[in-house]
Amino acid sequence: MSDTAAQPRSDADESDDASADATATDEPTDPDEEQGAGPVSTGAESVVAALEAAGAKTAFGVQGGAIMPVYDALYDSSIRHVTMAHEQGASHAADAYGVVAGEPGLCMATSGPGATNLVTGIADADMDSDAMLALTGQVPTEFVGNDAFQETDTVGVTRPITKHNYFAGGADTVGDTVGEAFELSRAGRPGPTLVDLPKDVTQDETDRTPGPATPPAGTDPDPNADQEAVEEAARAIESAERPVCLFGGGVIKADASDEARTFARSYGIPVTTTMPGIGSFPEGDDLCLSWAGMHGTGYANLAITHTDCLIAVGTRFDDRLTGGIDTFAPEAEVIHVDIDPAEISKNVHADYPLIGDAGRVLDQLTAAVREGPDTEAWRERCAEWKETYPLTYATPDDEPLKPQFVVEAFDEATDDDTIVTTGVGQHQMWASQFWTYSEPRTWVSSHGLGTMGYGVPAAVGARVAADTMGEEDRDVVCFDGDGSFLMTMQELSVAVREELDITIAVLNNEYIGMVRQWQDAFYEGRHMASDYTWMPEFDKLAEAFGALGLRVDDYDEVAPAVEEALDYEGPAVVDFHVDPEENVLPMVPSGGANGKFAAAEDQL
Amino acid sequence: MSGDASDGDAPAVSDADSRTTPDADSRPLPGEQPGPDERDHPEGRRNLEGIRIDPVVEAEHESRRAVISALVEDEPGVLARVSGLVSRRQFNIESLTVGPTTVDGHSRITMVVEETDPGIDQIEKQMAKLKPVISVGEVAGDAVISELVLLKVEADDPAAVHAVSEMYDGRTVDAGPETITVELTGDKANIDNAIGAFDRFGIVEIARTGPTALARGDTPTAPGEKPGTAGEPTTHDD
Repeated sequence: MSDTAAQPRSDADESDDASADATATDEPTDPDEEQGAGPVSTGAESVVAALEAAGAKTAFGVQGGAIMPVYDALYDSSIRHVTMAHEQGASHAADAYGVVAGEPGLCMATSGPGATNLVTGIADADMDSDAMLALTGQVPTEFVGNDAFQETDTVGVTRPITKHNYFAGGADTVGDTVGEAFELSRAGRPGPTLVDLPKDVTQDETDRTPGPATPPAGTDPDPNADQEAVEEAARAIESAERPVCLFGGGVIKADASDEARTFARSYGIPVTTTMPGIGSFPEGDDLCLSWAGMHGTGYANLAITHTDCLIAVGTRFDDRLTGGIDTFAPEAEVIHVDIDPAEISKNVHADYPLIGDAGRVLDQLTAAVREGPDTEAWRERCAEWKETYPLTYATPDDEPLKPQFVVEAFDEATDDDTIVTTGVGQHQMWASQFWTYSEPRTWVSSHGLGTMGYGVPAAVGARVAADTMGEEDRDVVCFDGDGSFLMTMQELSVAVREELDITIAVLNNEYIGMVRQWQDAFYEGRHMASDYTWMPEFDKLAEAFGALGLRVDDYDEVAPAVEEALDYEGPAVVDFHVDPEENVLPMVPSGGANGKFAAAEDQL
Repeated sequence: MSGDASDGDAPAVSDADSRTTPDADSRPLPGEQPGPDERDHPEGRRNLEGIRIDPVVEAEHESRRAVISALVEDEPGVLARVSGLVSRRQFNIESLTVGPTTVDGHSRITMVVEETDPGIDQIEKQMAKLKPVISVGEVAGDAVISELVLLKVEADDPAAVHAVSEMYDGRTVDAGPETITVELTGDKANIDNAIGAFDRFGIVEIARTGPTALARGDTPTAPGEKPGTAGEPTTHDD
């Protein structure tokens, strides 16, 4: 901990406000916001003062015994607290809030079961490198280690799934600890941090105002890549015949979509993205080949398979992207841009490692390339692939409503700035395949951890974020599966209470569909525990919660239901009963070669 | 924008008036797209470490023994963070020792690992990301590496035990009617040999610390390490 003396007022850095075109609204702004912390009298007040000083505007959480002092200190705070139905909902909502707002999300829970319920959301944020701070109550210090009531070793449990976690040591230092944890979560490669707050620490008296928050020494790396390395990479790009950009989630986290677009367009280099990188480059653009990987487009997978120069930015080469490593971009010189040196050559060897901030390094590259490569023939080849392997599906008369059709109907009915959240499974793949994304921070999903149930709480967090940024007119659409919806639908009660304008489209195939698809492909069609015919009627459930509930069974009901749900001022649930036999295609079997994706079921 | 049903022998596509047919109808259907065997595939391959295999130079990596030294802030849980990282990422670890340094509040962790070059590189990089880790690096091959072992043998022939102990520069630290305990230090080979020599007396118990190491000469053991005292902490290595 830094040992700075108390500073009555410090000017914290103005964090980036909402996007440039955000209209000035008459939202009440707290005059103390973004200023140094005010006077405090307890550890809990110091915690809240530190959060306010760091610029936190919203917290998602659930009350409980050990965290009560912190909640009490929130009573008079400018921070808006959104009470969730379950702590898992709090961590997912905070995660999604952070993705949409571009600042760390904040979630809170009490000790023991409250803290353990946060774990899934923390692990999710860790896998997706999302900035988030979790505050957990803890039993008083003197009881720690005694197996006291509602005691869990939260620091121990969350050690492998946080960027760093802290056990608060005392009322005098707890504010500084919380401030540091908040800043650390967004420094360098973002990730979740946690501060465990024993009840005596938050209850004890202190008059020590937290100092200005800074990340720990050595955690905020140089944003610029080594210039000599940049020059070498630029030479490789110049001499490439089949270059491809691969933009990952890091491009979005670094707010580098503009630089990414400038770079690719300046030199006519075709662009693929990873799934977390969706939105970094407009999918409607001629240069865009959409996303690569297990269920990515055939043309993206062919392009990254045949490229001789892969310009990978902000991606960690997850196995869902690479397929078998032996066949991943096997003839490519790899230029790997990442803020985290540990990602360099972890999964795929980087011939040209460029360590730095995605935006800065892309600017450096754009400046260093003297003459772009001649990509005309290569772009033609990519265009041919695009024509040969489009994302497509059939709509025969004698088969039920197709889920892809529902996604396309919502896409057509909404603007480009619409935020899409999803659970995990087949519906998630269709939502990412059949929606044309063009802006960063509009695709909010669980990638690395693959958390079923992420969708509804994420929609709550995304909606609150958009409203906080004064963007109330943006739509928030959650595509959910029947299995995913059942896991976290209790958060619908939060959306009703807060009057959040979200639309939940359940693509209900009465299966845990991705498992069913794998069982059909690899387990001789033995549907062990994947058959979800026992699903409740979600439209009626929605009404029970106080939301709008609709049910759709056929094509001609889709457009009116989409319109009604989007027009409804508040949470709406549309239960789309879709074809239970529909599979996600294309598909690269686990560990297979991306270039050998199955375009049709009989090719699996 | 709905197109007509595509021709060919694809599944029939509905034209029913009662339905809005999606744009998809103008696209070739999944079944009409060339399968995996009808596409070109590149000849190249990557090895397990994700390195492009150069047909001329096969880039397969052998495991080797490496000593890694890390300077860490001595805070609660630091050892759990390091050992958790090692086990979580399946690094092949032989031993881990920890102890104070010249700086108050700092400790040195010395790890011996058995890994390929990319694996060793990954251990260093992942450890460097831990907040309490100030500096970490592999100790050069010619470093001073030493281990301490306590060896308890049966005391049937004290004179012979003493003689073997002398041979290996050992020290008798406990002697009784039933057992003799000897303290030995040295490198791994030296200690293994000694244990082999004591074997004939009947070894009752062994406790080994695992190797610890310092770089030779004025080379810092952990990158950027400087001697320091309390209140004058060594700097973070960026």
